[in-house]
Amino acid sequence: MKPMTNTPLSNIRNFSIVAHIDHGKSTLADRLIQQTGTLQARDMKDQLLDSMDIERERGITIKANTVRLEYKAQDGQDYVLNLIDTPGHVDFAYEVSRSLAACEGSLLVVDASQGVEAQTLANVYQAIDNDHEIVTVLNKIDLPAAEPERIKEQIEEVIGLDTADAVEISAKTGLGIPDVLEAIVKQLPAPQSGDRSAPLKAMLVDSWYDTYLGVVVLVRIIDGEMKRGQNIRMMGTDAKYLVDRVGVMTPKLVPVENLGPGEIGVFTGSIKEVADTRVGDTITEDKRPCTNMLPGFKPAQPVVFCGLFPIDADDFEDLRSAIGKLRLNDASFSFEMETSAALGFGFRCGFLGLLHLEIIQERLSREFNLELIATAPSVVYKMNMTDGTETEMHNPADMPDIVRIRSIEEPWIKATILTPDEYLGSILQLCQERRGIQTDLSYVGKRALVVYDLPLNEVVFDFYDRLKSISKGYASFDYQLAEYREGDLVRMSVLVNEEPVDALSMLVHRSAAEKRGRVMCEKLKELIPRHMFKIPIQAAIGGKVIARETISAMRKDVTAKCYGGDVSRKRKLLDKQKEGKKKMRQFGRVEIPQEAFIQVLKVDS
Amino acid sequence: MSNNINGDDGTPGFGVYLHWPFCAAKCPYCDFNSHVRHKPVDQREYVTGFLSEMAAMRQETGPRTVTSVFIGGGTPSLMEPQTVEASLNGIAKYWGLPEGIEITMEANPSSVEANRFRAYRKAGINRVSLGVQSLNDADLKFLGRLHNVEEAKIAIGLARDIFPRLSFDLIYARPKQTLDAWEAELKQAISYAADHLSLYQLTIEDDTPFQALHRAGKLIIPSDDLAADLYDVTERVTRDAGLLNYEISNYAVPGAESRHNLTYWRYGDYVGIGPGAHGRFTGDDGFKHVTITERMPEQWLDKTRQTGHAIVEREKLDRHQQGDELLLMGLRLVEGLDVPRFEELSGRTLNQEALNNLAMDGLIEPVSNTRLRATQSGRMVLNSVVASLAG
Ligand SMILES: Nc1nc2c(ncn2[C@@H]2O[C@H](COP(=O)(O)OP(=O)(O)O)[C@@H](O)[C@H]2O)c(=O)[nH]1
Ligand SMILES: C[S@@+](CC[C@H](N)C(=O)[O-])C[C@H]1O[C@@H](n2cnc3c(N)ncnc32)[C@H](O)[C@@H]1O
Ligand code: SF4
Ligand SMILES: [Mg+2]
Repeated sequence: MKPMTNTPLSNIRNFSIVAHIDHGKSTLADRLIQQTGTLQARDMKDQLLDSMDIERERGITIKANTVRLEYKAQDGQDYVLNLIDTPGHVDFAYEVSRSLAACEGSLLVVDASQGVEAQTLANVYQAIDNDHEIVTVLNKIDLPAAEPERIKEQIEEVIGLDTADAVEISAKTGLGIPDVLEAIVKQLPAPQSGDRSAPLKAMLVDSWYDTYLGVVVLVRIIDGEMKRGQNIRMMGTDAKYLVDRVGVMTPKLVPVENLGPGEIGVFTGSIKEVADTRVGDTITEDKRPCTNMLPGFKPAQPVVFCGLFPIDADDFEDLRSAIGKLRLNDASFSFEMETSAALGFGFRCGFLGLLHLEIIQERLSREFNLELIATAPSVVYKMNMTDGTETEMHNPADMPDIVRIRSIEEPWIKATILTPDEYLGSILQLCQERRGIQTDLSYVGKRALVVYDLPLNEVVFDFYDRLKSISKGYASFDYQLAEYREGDLVRMSVLVNEEPVDALSMLVHRSAAEKRGRVMCEKLKELIPRHMFKIPIQAAIGGKVIARETISAMRKDVTAKCYGGDVSRKRKLLDKQKEGKKKMRQFGRVEIPQEAFIQVLKVDS
Repeated sequence: MSNNINGDDGTPGFGVYLHWPFCAAKCPYCDFNSHVRHKPVDQREYVTGFLSEMAAMRQETGPRTVTSVFIGGGTPSLMEPQTVEASLNGIAKYWGLPEGIEITMEANPSSVEANRFRAYRKAGINRVSLGVQSLNDADLKFLGRLHNVEEAKIAIGLARDIFPRLSFDLIYARPKQTLDAWEAELKQAISYAADHLSLYQLTIEDDTPFQALHRAGKLIIPSDDLAADLYDVTERVTRDAGLLNYEISNYAVPGAESRHNLTYWRYGDYVGIGPGAHGRFTGDDGFKHVTITERMPEQWLDKTRQTGHAIVEREKLDRHQQGDELLLMGLRLVEGLDVPRFEELSGRTLNQEALNNLAMDGLIEPVSNTRLRATQSGRMVLNSVVASLAG
């Protein structure tokens, strides 16, 4: 077992990497691991720190991850470099902020052929907010389209960082990687000296569930020491544990004797669920607690909700257990049982954002083989009631009686969009259509940087998809939750053959209701097969119909020739037809294919 | 030999079906059990096979009073008259052939086959169903038929003279067929004074050349709306000519309905002899028993030699299945479904709510206190009507 104390504080560097998606964060991390010989070549695989399949495939980092690199610098000294790989996405902004808080510096990776993008900005500002020193890394200089000089200017201009010491690299070929390591040692500060004899004070950076080790907690030590056998307490949740293992990630867990001030490492202590640990919490000794908790602790707050229902009602138990298992490793989503007349039994789940929602949904179907219907995502509305009380609403189906509501508030975001000039017009139009309020418009080279205040409920529909298609994929987008604002919101319900379909009701702004209602009705008209009778489809606010379509009655569905011998075959066809019916949801007399729910909820004007 | 054929006594009856599995060429829309053989088949072998299978089937049905015989195919008019005669003699031997029962044979209207009509009549055939398919040469070609309109007309004329009863088949709702064109063709067909017509809308069957063309977008059939309109035209023109649309696709001068096919639709009992034939008869246990024979002619022959019959599938239907089958068949008839019989066979009553809904939508109507039928619009969506009533 390695004592950590061998490394003087001055030789430790804690850093993270911030970058826009695909600019090369994971590739660079791989190179750093390789260059420092942390892993043998045979253990190397691409995107080492992205351990989930879905992370690797989609090239995104969902969970924070850490690796400890040992590096002999040109000055002849041995350094310990702790890299915390943070999720780049705004949905995980809080996790990112805690990871950043655990470090003193960041590598800002910018693709030298692309330049600054929306997430570059969002992430680098967060690092700056955390008082990080920043090493600018221009990546992909092997590409013919790379323009490091121009991009440096851009960084100076837009972000205001000095790029005199910027490092130019190719994470792909390995060019410049030694310079990155040197820059980390030279340009980033060592952790501030903590008090090793003081009571333990550590920040809970992240935690995850490991099949062999149980819950593993990533910590940054501020003061004191953490060691095996210690009784610790989580100050935010007031839970106590006995530390049974202390270690560092290389990226495998290697046990050490203790962790001291400035160090980043992990511990285990028979913690049952990830949900028992709260990112940002302060960990101290139970007997000899520190005096002040670390600032900034807040429990995860779901922002977007949707209902998840098994397509096959028999899968409900499987869904319950799958959600339970995912939740073991991701305390940031919430769930409770929901029943819907349309979709049967399922769960109302809360997510940190849209990506988070998509990821969980995808993991449920992929890792647990479940076929699901997700209802339209909904944001959390605040209802100010006439009796002076305030309630939160996660599900439009739970909308209280309109006469009891004084006003409704909805969450707004601050959205940053970077786009090539030629798409600006259409993008502004899109934002405008979505009730956006423009707060800034400037230029980054030939690209426009627009900042909009937008209601989140307008973004949870296919805003991102629309943006991508309008800009042929060139626009980048990021957002931050801003505040709640009062809005003229109404509940739109959808009636099929005069019966409301609960799963399709939604809260919309009055000004958008008619259009959304129309699109919804048109789409349903396409998705619901003709029946023997005609089916009116209506969108309504209260009792007032705002859009309407009719599915005309089916005119022909008969077998022309029918001989004696055919009866067996006809019966088999009939049985097949009955099977098909099981894939439908019965709505009064109307059978709506499951597929229709999935498709219709995807649409937007 | 009498030219009188017994009237319909309204019972489900007991029919004998015999399948002749060969055709001169395979039509591209056809999924029947029909095969083309380039060497002549030895028909005596088949007669032996038929007789031995009849003996085996007779063991299962016990003595029954036959109400009709139907020789179908394939192309039964490729049978030599002696083959037909020997087969009918077999039926007479095992079940009896009462005087005056309907004995139908399917025939193709090519000249060679028409020459045999007299001999078939002598053998006992008293009703012929001619596969005319179209009265338009281009469409006959498209349908892959070997005859032309001229030959069809001659065959119709001959058959009318020779057989007491004549029916012919037309396939409509063909690609590009307009309402007017069909109306004219149908009126012409009716003028040929058959007492019975089977008018089938072209159906794209699985694993046929037409299906491949259809999938490739090279064969476009009328939309459901046009098909429904074509059906309405058919109904109007036949009604004006005094033909009753007594089953979805069958039209007859009252009294000339096909006794044999009524047995199918009334869910009566029938035995199926020959390759790929289906039978359904009530056993001593009171349940319907299904027999299905080997489809491939040569293998069917082998099996009849080895075990006396070529039954390759047997099934005893439960109440549930009996109920569904009765619905599937009975609702095709203008006389409607016999509701008490449905209750007896299925052991359940019809779903009242489904009935109400169908009645409200004008898709079914009562015929009497005990009979229920699909309306004209109900017939056009019969599959859905049946699905909403099935168990
Ligand atoms: N040509 C080139 N491609 C690179 C370089 N670094 C990364 N890439 C590629 O860029 C893509 C995104 O890289 P990745 O490390 O996953 O980006 P991340 O999303 O920031 O983690 C991958 O296809 C990499 O192979 C580089 O230096 N040069
Ligand atoms: C068993 S077939 C055989 C009769 C005879 N072999 C003939 O083709 O003339 C009976 C009738 O079914 C009809 N038929 C066969 N296949 C069809 C299809 N795919 N669509 C519509 N009718 C069809 C034809 O009218 C045919 O005459
Ligand atoms: S002749 Fe009749 S049975 Fe033979 S292939 Fe043609 S349609 Fe089918
Ligand atoms: Mg990555």
